[in-house]
Amino acid sequence: MIPAQFDYHAPKSLDEAIALLAKNAGAKVLAGGQSLIPAMRFRLATPEVLVDINGIQQLEYIREQNGYLAIGALTRETELEESGLVAERYPLLLDTARVVADPLVRQRATVGGNLAHADPANDHPATMLAYGAQVVARGPKGERVIGIDDFFTGLFENALDAGEILTEVRVPSPKPNSGGAYIKLERKVGDYATTAVAVQLQLDGDVCAAIRIGLTNVSPTPMRASAAESSLIGKRLSAENVAEAGRLAAAACEPSSDLRGSEAYKRDVTRVVLKRAVELAYSRAKGAKS
Amino acid sequence: MSEHEITVKVNGESVTRRVESRTLLVHFIREHLELTGTHIGCDTTSCGACTVVLNGRPTKSCTVFAVQADQGTLETIESVAAGGKLHPLQEGFWEKHGLQCGYCTPGMIMTAKSLLERRPRPTETEIREGISGNICRCTGYNKIVEAIQYAAEKLQEAR
Repeated sequence: MIPAQFDYHAPKSLDEAIALLAKNAGAKVLAGGQSLIPAMRFRLATPEVLVDINGIQQLEYIREQNGYLAIGALTRETELEESGLVAERYPLLLDTARVVADPLVRQRATVGGNLAHADPANDHPATMLAYGAQVVARGPKGERVIGIDDFFTGLFENALDAGEILTEVRVPSPKPNSGGAYIKLERKVGDYATTAVAVQLQLDGDVCAAIRIGLTNVSPTPMRASAAESSLIGKRLSAENVAEAGRLAAAACEPSSDLRGSEAYKRDVTRVVLKRAVELAYSRAKGAKS
Repeated sequence: MSEHEITVKVNGESVTRRVESRTLLVHFIREHLELTGTHIGCDTTSCGACTVVLNGRPTKSCTVFAVQADQGTLETIESVAAGGKLHPLQEGFWEKHGLQCGYCTPGMIMTAKSLLERRPRPTETEIREGISGNICRCTGYNKIVEAIQYAAEKLQEAR
C-alpha cells in the first residue's frame, strides 16, 4: 500500500519547523510515524505536507527538573524502557513504555506522538491522566503549558492549535509514599488494549491520600475514572473499597463491542484490571520492588 | 509532488537515488536497490518481516519513508553473511531448524542481531520479548529461540 503524495520537509530546528507549519495549512508533524505512516498507507490520513521533526535533536531528552520529569517530545519508548531514572522513580511510566505496541515499533515510536495522536487506544494518555501530567506546546505565538485534563478534546483530537508542536511532556515527580502501576489486558503483543488501567496514588499511613486513575480504550476519548477516584480518597485501600472502585469505573466507562470483546465483557475486565492496578500501585507505595 | 535525492550507506556502500517523498523504505530497498531479502509480510506494521537496521535501530522498513533514511546507515539481511561465511545467527537457524517456510527469517535475524548487540547474553524471556514484534506463522518460535541461543553462545566463544 502506497500513501498519497505529499511534500516533505525535514527542519533542523524547532523554529524552522514552526515556520513550516505556519506556511503550510494542513501540514502534519511526523515524529516516530508509527501511527501516522500506517494511517497514510491506508489513506485514512492524506496530509499534503509532512514536517519531519526527527532531525531536531534538541527534542530528545529525559531529565528531572523543577519537581517534574521532563520528557522531550521526540523521546522514543525504548529510551524510557532503558532509563535508570524512569525505572527507579516512575514505575507507572516504565510499565506503560514496556507494553506500547511491540519492541520494534518502540524503537521509533515517541511519547509525544503517542499523546498528540489522541487515540483513546494508545497507552500514554491514560498514564499521563493518572500522573496529572502537563504538555508543553510551541507555536508562532510562543510557548504554553496545557494540563493533561484539558488536552484530549475528542477522538483523535487534542488541544493543540494547527501551528503548534508538542515539545515536552512533564510528569510530576513522585511524592513520598506514592506508587503507580499500569496494567494492560491485550490479546497479543502489538494489539491495542482490550482494556488497561493506569493508577498513581499517594498514601498517608494506610489511607489513600490522593489517587488518579486513567483508562485505556474503553471510551471515545481518553478518560479518568473520576467516580472510582473519589470513592477511594480518604479511605483505606481495603479489598472491599478497591472492589467498589472497580465497579464504579466499570459503570462509568463507555466501551464499544468489537473484535476484542463485547461491551459487557470490557466493562467487567476493566473492573478486574482496575482492582489489580490499584493493588500493585499500593504495594509499590509501600516500598515493594516491581 | 516532492522528489528528493537521497544518499544512504547501504550495507557499507554509499548509494544515491531519487525517490518520491511517499516511497516507503522497504520499497526503496526492494525495488530501487533490488535487495529482495527484506520481505513484505503484512504491510500494516504488524509482522516484522521487513525489519532492517536503520541508524543502529531495528526498524520496520514499511513504516519509515525512504527520504527519512537520507544521510543514514542501513543494514539489510544481505549484509549479514560476511565474505560468504554464514553469521552465527544464520548458522543457528540452520542447525536448530529455526525456519520452515523462511518468510519471516530475514526480519527475525535482523531483530535478533541487534538484540544480541544490546544484550550479548539474553535470557530466554528476553529473547522471546525481543522477537515479539516479529511474527512467524509456521509457529516455529521454540526453534527460533534455540537458534538465537545457539548464536549467542557462538558469539561469546568468539570473544
